[in-house]
Amino acid sequence: MIPSASEPHPRPPEPIVLRMFGIRKAFPGVVALDGVDLEVRAGEVHVLLGENGAGKSTLMKVLSGAHAMDAGRIELAGSEVAISGPRHARDLGIGIIYQELALVPDLSAAENVFLGREPRRGPGLVDRGAMVAASRRILQTLGASFDPGLPVRVLSIAQRQLVEVARALSLEARILVMDEPTSALTERETGALFATIRRLTSQGVAVIYISHRLDEIFEIGDRVTVLRDGRRVATREVDGADRRELVRLMADREIDERVPRPAARRGDELLRVEGLGRHGVLHDVSFRVHAGEIVGFAGLLGSGRTEVARAIFGIDPHDAGRVFMRGRPARISSPRDAIRAGIGLLTEDRKRQGLVLELSIRENIVLPVLGSMSRFGIVSRRMERERASKHAAGLRIKTPSLEQVVLNLSGGNQQKVVLAKWLACEVDVLILDEPTRGIDVGSKQEVYQLIHRLASEGVGIVLISSELPEIVGLADRILVMRAGRVVAELSGDEASQESVLAHAVGA
Amino acid sequence: MALPRTKLLHGREVGTLAGLLALCAALWVATPHFATVSNLVNVVEQSAIIGIVAVGMTFVILTGGIDLSVGSIVALSGVALGTAHEAGLPIAAAAAVGLTVGLACGLGNGALITLGRLPPFIATLGMMSVARGIALMLSDGRPISGYPASFRALATGHVLGIPFPVILMLAIYAVAHFLLTRTLLGRYTYAIGGNEEASALSGINVRAYKAAAYAIAGLLSAVTSMLLVARLNSAQPIAGIMYELDAIAAVVIGGTSLLGGSGTVIGTLIGALIMGVLRNGLNLLGVSSYLQQVAIGSVIIVAVLVDMMLRRRARRAAE
Repeated sequence: MIPSASEPHPRPPEPIVLRMFGIRKAFPGVVALDGVDLEVRAGEVHVLLGENGAGKSTLMKVLSGAHAMDAGRIELAGSEVAISGPRHARDLGIGIIYQELALVPDLSAAENVFLGREPRRGPGLVDRGAMVAASRRILQTLGASFDPGLPVRVLSIAQRQLVEVARALSLEARILVMDEPTSALTERETGALFATIRRLTSQGVAVIYISHRLDEIFEIGDRVTVLRDGRRVATREVDGADRRELVRLMADREIDERVPRPAARRGDELLRVEGLGRHGVLHDVSFRVHAGEIVGFAGLLGSGRTEVARAIFGIDPHDAGRVFMRGRPARISSPRDAIRAGIGLLTEDRKRQGLVLELSIRENIVLPVLGSMSRFGIVSRRMERERASKHAAGLRIKTPSLEQVVLNLSGGNQQKVVLAKWLACEVDVLILDEPTRGIDVGSKQEVYQLIHRLASEGVGIVLISSELPEIVGLADRILVMRAGRVVAELSGDEASQESVLAHAVGA
Repeated sequence: MALPRTKLLHGREVGTLAGLLALCAALWVATPHFATVSNLVNVVEQSAIIGIVAVGMTFVILTGGIDLSVGSIVALSGVALGTAHEAGLPIAAAAAVGLTVGLACGLGNGALITLGRLPPFIATLGMMSVARGIALMLSDGRPISGYPASFRALATGHVLGIPFPVILMLAIYAVAHFLLTRTLLGRYTYAIGGNEEASALSGINVRAYKAAAYAIAGLLSAVTSMLLVARLNSAQPIAGIMYELDAIAAVVIGGTSLLGGSGTVIGTLIGALIMGVLRNGLNLLGVSSYLQQVAIGSVIIVAVLVDMMLRRRARRAAE
């Protein structure tokens, strides 16, 4: 993302459409919101910024009627409302687009737009024609050109978001909440989404935009409210706001958002991939990873980065190419083989692929190495505890005990558990697929430090990331992928965010 | 929940145990015949049959699966034993044949589910019919009777006044508890049930451990059939009908999640005892067998409703 100087958009102060006063919400054991105020004007993009657990999502759930507040007051267009539930919020003109989209994949886009409120043609009969026509009209105002009769399953994530936006608009939403809408979008799709947002705001819709990405805030936001530990710490005009100040407000401590570049210290070759291919997915991917080296994989979503990792790790089959570990051919046809060969993979989806949520921290950390801690199939609890606490300690996982079930941890702490799992495995090559996705700024820094430490200990790191600053800042070498091929290899010194992005989009 | 499983009992089991004790207390008040030593021993002995089948079912359900074929495997293993004995094999060898057949059926289920990628419901539904059919074919639909007293002692023997089936059941629960809490097999069973994909990506041989759960269920069905044959002095091809449902009921009453990944055999034991006590109590009270079915079905539904409510609350508190 190129932080462009946003064009000036002078605007007379618009009327205030939403006021939230002193919102308080407590859950057993934790005060999620402690007297939060928020004021949103018509036609503005109001960004909610804060670390994980700051209260952004809870605040929006109160607004959308999903949570009842314990105390506080909400005014819509100047008059107080008592939001009784999601349906009531919807009727009041509040639309929410969640991070995990809430669409029915097998129904068409039009059916999703009107789900639960289908235009009727007599009792029990749906007026399909009217539904499709109305959906098409709304989608066109959003600049979407796909057929609303298509099932949602075949649409891209960006198109699905447009379906969600269309649904909100068909409900005449005046306030639209978007929870990290770009986390799964490509650069181009992000651009299209921003165009949609600008179109909506020009029609007077207020957009409340939740994001972790600072760059986006400067691109799309008008005002930003920073939350920390369930309180509002500041509201600022985005023009003239200072990036470092925002980070400081979020974290209440100086965090260097830039990633320090490690000194190059390349050791022996660990992993060599030659001509890796899979029909229609990967073409002739070759690269090497040396001990102590951080090799970055950049590219747009769907460019094949994750697929390379999956093929090497034995999850997906490949029909061409060879993999060598320490110069020897490695026969890898399952994750088991890969781990035995000394390769670890931290997957991008930690909840689905990284953790067993109902097991404890200890049990998750030692899962891949449990076999080596057992004799005749009986697990040594002593070895297990020692290994788990050794690797958990270095990561500062915030928990009263390693016996805590992983389900109860925050996103950042869960990610640390997955990392600890691969540390405990003591692999030679560690592939990290989006290791900082969805975790807070503080945890990100800790992950970066950990990557450095591993590299300095001689582990070869493959870093897949969509965050350009992260990959440019951390990697010794960057391979850029596009359409299943490696299209460029840049040294860490010559790479810049712009140059990587240019290769990724094929400019 | 899978919190510290090191303790013998934790939250959920304590609740189930309280249910069992409340049921016993109610029956104690309601009828003088319940709280006698001989009746209580009888209840536990009656519970041993379903209790042992339910141990295997616990393993299967912990992996997120289901096994509908256990009742048919009980019949087939018994008939296999009977046929082998009739053909002149000594009883020990015939018993080995029966156990092997049960294990083989379980492995067959495991292979269909892991290698054939069939949903467990379908694979074991098929096995349920196949095993029952083979049992009927082998025996020509008739019971195979007449076994040596040494074998029958399996069901009729006592040690220190405790019936042998009860001792066998408790031993099996002890071993299963050890397997689930202290071994690779146990940990992987929970991990696979909790998140199969994450387990595979952690290098666990998911297929092998899933198949092992069905193999255990098959083997324990065969063990149960030994007890049945010894008790009745007869191997019956129509034995074990509906056992799968009773076993599933014991497992879910015991607090094991049908989604897999959480539960214990201690819970299952309590669940099996609840089923046994309920049946016994209703009999003592002279409740008609029709009404008994209604009562037992209601208990299953209420137990699972309460369990799911507690789980939802726990999950919400976590979020």
